[in-house]
Amino acid sequence: MTVPFVSLLGTGAMLFEAPGDTTLATQQRIWALALLVADWPEVREAVPGMNNLMLGFAGTPRDPGLLEARLQAAWHATVPLPLEGRLVELPVVYGGDGGPHMADVVAHTGLGVDEIVALHSAPDYPVYALGSHPGYCYLGGMDLRIATPRRKTPVVRIPGGAVSIGGAQTGVSASDGPSGWNTIGRTSMRFFDPERSPPALLRPGDSIRFLVEKVIR
Amino acid sequence: MIEILSETALATVQDAGRFGALQWGVGTSGAMDRLALAGGNLLLGNDEGSAAIEVPVFPFSLRFEQDCSFALTGADCTARLDGHALLPWWVHEAVAGQTLLLGLPAPGPHQAARAYVCVSGGIDVPAVLGSRSTQLRGAFGGYQGRALRRGDRLPVGAKGTRFGREGIGLLPPALAMPLQRDAIPAVRVLPAAEYSRYTPQSRHAFWNDLWKISPQSDRYGYRLSGTSLIPEAAIELRSHGIVPGVIQVPPGGQPIIQMCDAQPSGGYPKIGTVIEADLWRLGQSPLGSSIRFIEVNWTEALMAEEQNTAWLAQARRLIGLQRSQAGSG
Repeated sequence: MTVPFVSLLGTGAMLFEAPGDTTLATQQRIWALALLVADWPEVREAVPGMNNLMLGFAGTPRDPGLLEARLQAAWHATVPLPLEGRLVELPVVYGGDGGPHMADVVAHTGLGVDEIVALHSAPDYPVYALGSHPGYCYLGGMDLRIATPRRKTPVVRIPGGAVSIGGAQTGVSASDGPSGWNTIGRTSMRFFDPERSPPALLRPGDSIRFLVEKVIR
Repeated sequence: MIEILSETALATVQDAGRFGALQWGVGTSGAMDRLALAGGNLLLGNDEGSAAIEVPVFPFSLRFEQDCSFALTGADCTARLDGHALLPWWVHEAVAGQTLLLGLPAPGPHQAARAYVCVSGGIDVPAVLGSRSTQLRGAFGGYQGRALRRGDRLPVGAKGTRFGREGIGLLPPALAMPLQRDAIPAVRVLPAAEYSRYTPQSRHAFWNDLWKISPQSDRYGYRLSGTSLIPEAAIELRSHGIVPGVIQVPPGGQPIIQMCDAQPSGGYPKIGTVIEADLWRLGQSPLGSSIRFIEVNWTEALMAEEQNTAWLAQARRLIGLQRSQAGSG
């Protein structure tokens, strides 16, 4: 994919996908685009994803092609918007009952548990976007050597605090719920409080660092 | 106040949905059948998006602790007020102490899955992030962020200036706008981003086969069973925003339609999206029943939306007319 790809999510929304590898620089342009289009009257909400942006429609457009053209033009005019944030450290217990799919990551990557833990806990992961469930953060910067495909069938319930890998991404569940990702560890942190303003603990531009509290083999 | 008498019924407080919080990962929630919610509220003179009780499991019962106008919409479930049979899609008056019992939805071609108990003034739980809908995953909104249990007592809002009036009813949307193909309930679908990456056989099956709504389906998503849908090559996507109606296909090949409590983002490939105008039909499709998908283009999707808008406009007109006649009579 060398040019942005725009598709419809039914009559309610449109998805803009940036071309190329997943990078922070591209994500900074997505943040800039989100800020810009959030003010368009056709847009109810602009929601950044991983190097992509969903536009929820304020009303069903008569001709979505016009909106798409405007979006493409706006993308070409954007420059990266660097957001500076806080670094949050999360102690993780890797493997064991809290990491039931570690064996699947081992099987897929051919790496040992210690190597996977070392590679997973090495980077500072920038928060690219929030999504999935209240307070959940999509993180960039995972080492591709531990990338593991999403599960064939989603797990009906994984607990809040689950640290998991889905494709080339990693993240931490903010509450109990279904997930198609591979859970490799557990942490404890309150990511969301509806009484707080803003309700989410983290926002795009913040970073997460995983600290190895323990490895259960 | 309204007291819930049923033990565990998966009933929840829902309004028209929570918008503007996707940026924090908060999905919209809201009534699975927005037309039933709007219709019930219109009958009562409420705002169309006022909160009501959504009931997906029967029997279900509650007691009115105060005099209260109410309307029952959605599934026709042989309701009784202290034993007296009630019409669905109709306004009724309860006096303090009376018990409302919702029985099993009436079988037949229009059997529906969810009933809405709307009350004059709406269910007055606190609005959280702009909505009274229950956010089950986040455990907030609605009544204490969870499904209702026996003994819960729900506050009823103050009546508006436009009172509901006994003896007003509406023609249910399922009767006004039936949609079937080969005698099977159908919903209209726009192909989505990864549609063309599925094998021709899978695409053919998608439009032509029956899809059974499995018992594992709920407000998060409808897990369908049928022919496995296979892409030409494995598809791994970056996580992106999604909306209710999106039909994802996990690698197992059995599609999942995202519903009102769906997460607002995901990464499984999308073969299609049920158009917004038909989401209420899905919301009323019973578990274990089968549906078909009808392919539409943008113009046809807009026409479907206009049909819903026209049903609502007609409902407003009829109710306004009856109210003005009653007022002058």
